Amino acid sequence: MNLFCVGLSHHLTNVETRERFAGRAETDCILRGAGCTEALLLTTCNRVEVYGVSEKRVSTDEIANCLARDVENDPHRYAPPFYRYEDEKCAQHLFRVASGLDSMVVGETEILGQAKKAYESARTSNSAGPYLHRLFQRAFRVAKQVRTYTEITRGSVSVGSVAVDLAERIFGDLAKCKVLVLGAGETSERTARALVSRGVTDLRLSNRSSDRAENLAQLVAARTIPFTEWAEQCREIDILIASTSSERPLLLQTNLALMLEERVDRPLFIIDIAVPRNVDPDVNELSGVYLYDIDSLQSIADQSLALRRQQIAAAEEIIASHVAEFGESISRGLSRSATNSERPTLGENPLPASDL
Amino acid sequence: MPVPVDRELLIISTVCFLAAVVRTAVLLMAKSFRADRFNFFVIGLGFIFQSAFLSMRGHAVGRCPLTNLFEVFVFLAWSVALIYMLIGPAYRLSLMGAFTAPLVVLLQGFALLAPIDTPHTVKVPANSWLEFHASMSLIAYGAFALACIAGVMYLVQERQLKTHNLRSIFYYLPPLSDLFAAITRLLWWGFAIYTVGLLSGFFVGQPLPWIQIVCAVAVWLLYAAILQGRHLRRLAPKWVAALCIIGFSAALTLLWGITFTGQTQ
Repeated sequence: MNLFCVGLSHHLTNVETRERFAGRAETDCILRGAGCTEALLLTTCNRVEVYGVSEKRVSTDEIANCLARDVENDPHRYAPPFYRYEDEKCAQHLFRVASGLDSMVVGETEILGQAKKAYESARTSNSAGPYLHRLFQRAFRVAKQVRTYTEITRGSVSVGSVAVDLAERIFGDLAKCKVLVLGAGETSERTARALVSRGVTDLRLSNRSSDRAENLAQLVAARTIPFTEWAEQCREIDILIASTSSERPLLLQTNLALMLEERVDRPLFIIDIAVPRNVDPDVNELSGVYLYDIDSLQSIADQSLALRRQQIAAAEEIIASHVAEFGESISRGLSRSATNSERPTLGENPLPASDL
Repeated sequence: MPVPVDRELLIISTVCFLAAVVRTAVLLMAKSFRADRFNFFVIGLGFIFQSAFLSMRGHAVGRCPLTNLFEVFVFLAWSVALIYMLIGPAYRLSLMGAFTAPLVVLLQGFALLAPIDTPHTVKVPANSWLEFHASMSLIAYGAFALACIAGVMYLVQERQLKTHNLRSIFYYLPPLSDLFAAITRLLWWGFAIYTVGLLSGFFVGQPLPWIQIVCAVAVWLLYAAILQGRHLRRLAPKWVAALCIIGFSAALTLLWGITFTGQTQ
């Protein structure tokens, strides 16, 4: 029995190439027709991979043909650099993928959800049998262990998510926070959306151009504040996101200090993502004010990414122990099925749960 | 010389708390701290052994076991653990809960190692008001101790946020707002219990040294001022956290003074 993985990923191919080999809804079935007893297609924005089980070797070209979309009519047909892993190497690759080690952003967790979805789809269409079942169940376990026992997912690695993370470190639950977004550009929209996704409901928006403010306010369910009155809002808001194109600082230490006298017991988190900066850096010296500009947010994001990279070795150790166990369990399964002289069929699980 | 049974119980209790400390330290060093139930379990076990120790001592001395500095330290450690158990799951299941164990280990370790377990030669008859006053005050000290720990954590977290220098521990500490809520809750608990303890002191029926009364009232006034400042929103959270540390240091000094003068008299 041959367990293999054939695929393309962001490491060696561009998105255009990956699109051309992204497979189709019926790809699983075609693969089974090509000689695979089990097949599973995993497609994400960064990878296209086929996990298969066959009694005799199915070539990479055959798999590529199954994946190609309308290859016959493509004048720029060429052989992209497909990779192929077999048996234990295949298991190791999937465990790394599911744990986020092979992702563009190391430690991202979205891939695990995508792998679960792909497995569920293959299971529903009867394309995944006992071998892929064992392989994927084990991969989900490995991913969970890697997340629990290493810091591979620690911290945020983008400026927007760092800002939201910090807000949660100050206020805990963001549902009760009052947020004012200053500026109606793309960055303001992204940050506002990130905060809304974490539970913020009281969102206020202020912009020099009231039309743009109204448009964005509708998109993110915010209420607009006239630009002449935004500073007064500092008396009651918890988070200020400044992102206007103003050439000089809009908020100075002296102005804010007066307003803070009425709210000494509540912190104020200011995210200044404008260049040039909208908030005077001296504002950070005020008690209870936490000011972060684009550089400080980027620096935290870089630290998190560096930390995640440091954790790769620890994650690889966990994966290696599971690969070894998985290899043994598969060998036991094979010898057992050889004794029984029959191939494991879909839905059967010839190995005990402890072997998974 | 065989170790008395009650001391054995105290040693086992200290080992339980030490297990929580070691586990937390190892996980923090491996950068894989997780808020799980292990700490709560071992601290709970340690608390049971503490209680057994105090019960045995109580029967032996025929009164609330607060007859020397050794017993006072153990009772204080028991109060810290008691407040920890009562304060709620959000407190217990975070690193904040894990900070409780080192304090208990320090208190009990000192009690076990220092030559302070001196038995009273003259058996003073039990005074229920005095026992009530002393035990309530010590339980209040337990709450103030935890408020002090939460205050330290608040200042550490606040400093990191202010300087943009986020170390690994930053991700394990609770949010500032949660820490501040815990500080406030612990201060109210401690203050209410301390007030009861202080008032009961007036019913002891025997004259107490005036310096003790002045110091006890001063500690009460300090915590009252902190809570008033918090209630009127005149004190910044950072100052409340700092005052919790100062307040507990003052309370501890007072406790030492009371026990010392009590033993020399």
